Amino acid sequence: MPIRLRIVALFALAGLLALPLADLTLAGHDPWAALARMGAGFLRPDFGAVDQIGRALASTVFFAIAGVALGGAAGFVMAPFLHLRGVRGLAIALRSVHELFWALLLLQVLGLGPLTGVLAIALPYAGIFAKVFAEQIEEVDPRPAQILPPRTGALSRFVFAQLPLAAGAMQSYTLYRLECGLRSSAVLGFVGLPTLGFQLDSFFRMGDYGAASAILICYVALIASLRLWMRRRLVPVWIAAAVVWLALIPTPPMGQGALWRFLSHDVIPAPLRDGWDAGAFADWLGPLLMQQVLPGLWATLLVAQIALVLTGLVALASFGLIVRRVTGRVGQALGHLGLVILRSLPDYMLAYLFLQIFGPSMLPAILALGLHNGAIIGHLLGREGEALVPRLRADAPRGTMLWLWELLPRLFGAFVALCLYRWEIILRETAVMGLLGVATLGFYIDGAMSELRLDRAVLLLLGAGALTVAVDAASRHLRARTDGRARATGRGTAQALAQDVGLRRT
Amino acid sequence: MTLARLSGATLGYGAGAVLSDLSLTLDPGERLVLLGRSGVGKTTLLAHLHDQMTGAGQRVALVPQDHALVPQLSVLRNVLMGRLDDHGALYNLRSFIAPRARQRAEVTALLADLALEGLADRPVAALSGGQKQRVALARGLYRGGTVMLGDEPVSAVDETQGPLLMDLIAARFATAVVALHDVGLARRFGTRLLGLRDGRILFDAAPGAVEDAQMAALYAD
Repeated sequence: MPIRLRIVALFALAGLLALPLADLTLAGHDPWAALARMGAGFLRPDFGAVDQIGRALASTVFFAIAGVALGGAAGFVMAPFLHLRGVRGLAIALRSVHELFWALLLLQVLGLGPLTGVLAIALPYAGIFAKVFAEQIEEVDPRPAQILPPRTGALSRFVFAQLPLAAGAMQSYTLYRLECGLRSSAVLGFVGLPTLGFQLDSFFRMGDYGAASAILICYVALIASLRLWMRRRLVPVWIAAAVVWLALIPTPPMGQGALWRFLSHDVIPAPLRDGWDAGAFADWLGPLLMQQVLPGLWATLLVAQIALVLTGLVALASFGLIVRRVTGRVGQALGHLGLVILRSLPDYMLAYLFLQIFGPSMLPAILALGLHNGAIIGHLLGREGEALVPRLRADAPRGTMLWLWELLPRLFGAFVALCLYRWEIILRETAVMGLLGVATLGFYIDGAMSELRLDRAVLLLLGAGALTVAVDAASRHLRARTDGRARATGRGTAQALAQDVGLRRT
Repeated sequence: MTLARLSGATLGYGAGAVLSDLSLTLDPGERLVLLGRSGVGKTTLLAHLHDQMTGAGQRVALVPQDHALVPQLSVLRNVLMGRLDDHGALYNLRSFIAPRARQRAEVTALLADLALEGLADRPVAALSGGQKQRVALARGLYRGGTVMLGDEPVSAVDETQGPLLMDLIAARFATAVVALHDVGLARRFGTRLLGLRDGRILFDAAPGAVEDAQMAALYAD
């Protein structure tokens, strides 16, 4: 069996084996009634709460802009030094912790203020930017740098012969990151920041599905039109507006020395705060590992593996939808609409919506992850497929047969690469879904945080980070085996494709 | 004083060596033209001479065959890149952000000599092939130095312009080593012609001493 098919079969098998072990019960007392109520509300969007909707959307946009700008600047400074072990380690540590986990940590130190939101985005994004910028610099045409006079300084070499060549790619990646930032920012509302998630949650609590529908429609429109309102010349204006808007959000008073207390006391394992005590430390660590870290890791893996299989299925089924020769003009338009909605809504927010319908189990998380990530891959593959069609023979079939015989075989390599690339992202997101009550790592982290046992929370975060790093390494290994280019350039089609999600027009 | 010296050198890598048992000296004031079919090793020889002379502390201006320009940057900045090693990082950063009036004046004068007037602020990506080649040449001329090393520096410009550009190189550099494929231009520019074939030197003499038959043998099948 070819290597790609073997990998797919292996992942499908793992997903199937995980299925009976996962908790997929419908815990809601009457999901269909709940669905009907929500559906009715969503079909009648109510834009009456203009003030609340406008404020939540503005905060979402400004937190995203400030966070991405700060993270991008920090990543840009780190990128040329990423070959140094210390800098690389810092970048990995920053990006292995999810935005929401950063937010929970920062809440302890800075309180529920604007800085918490901005840093929660900026810190992990700095790590991601550093990595991608460094790769983009590495990949530029080396000849202009080689022709420079010998003994040209490193900074001059970088500014004249490398930066201008990488600038275009950096710019479009930053725009893509801003789209991600808008999702991160919206989700930060679920931990209490005044962004979209907060407003959505309060609309739901009031049962005001019409207003919830209205705010989601505005949000999707905002993301879909990103390239219209985010122009290069407007960047300084947007950043200035973000600074002003965020400065007007009140900062809660925090006790003097909150950061120092956090670093010197709270995060130290409780039995070690008065000095080293091996026995007490073992008594602290043992139960924590057995009752929280390992069950959390196990549940995270279960959910992620099932969600990955669902992602693949959704991607394969959906990419044909947006190829006109498969579904026709109307089908293509509807396909685009569906994929745009599923792509724009963060998986965490989708999981929140499904949770309202199905009640707490692993099911809402798996559905949300599968639909969101599947739609992203489906969109990328569909665009490639649409580009392939004119190059096919004139008598190529139409409809499903085109999808099966002509497009699927040609795009299968990209499909596998994209799924492997999304694997790590799905895992990060799965861990964080615990904050919604699913028993993944985030559930235990949230519990430890709310009991103010930050030492336990930090250990759990280390576990989550280690799992992310391990899956990233496994994914890179598999991608290198299936895609020669991934090995040659350090980055394969998957990331190249993922980077320019919707960016081809720029 | 000899600028460069090779005695029995083998250039290229291992079994794929392009030139073997090569002996050659380059003295100040010579204009050496490298002739031979493509792939014979002219570029390899130029690269070796470049390393040898810069290693000995000579200031060398290089015009590579593939130009090695930064397409996103303006003509002016691409030309300024020829002298980055003369200044510190901060000075160069300032030049990058806003080139100084003195630098602009100097480069503008140079561009006029190369029939590139008015293009200083045009991004290189927007230029034609011949214009790009002249920008690469401008960068080399702006750099200046004891020796110019050129790899087909005028291959993309028209027949009337080529000789004028070669005259410009002769006027600005006391010594030059240039690979050319135009025999007439080579005879006009060079003080010494080096014919390479099958990994060795076929002739190495003043233009007047190289007969047409020898030249024909260089390119014959």
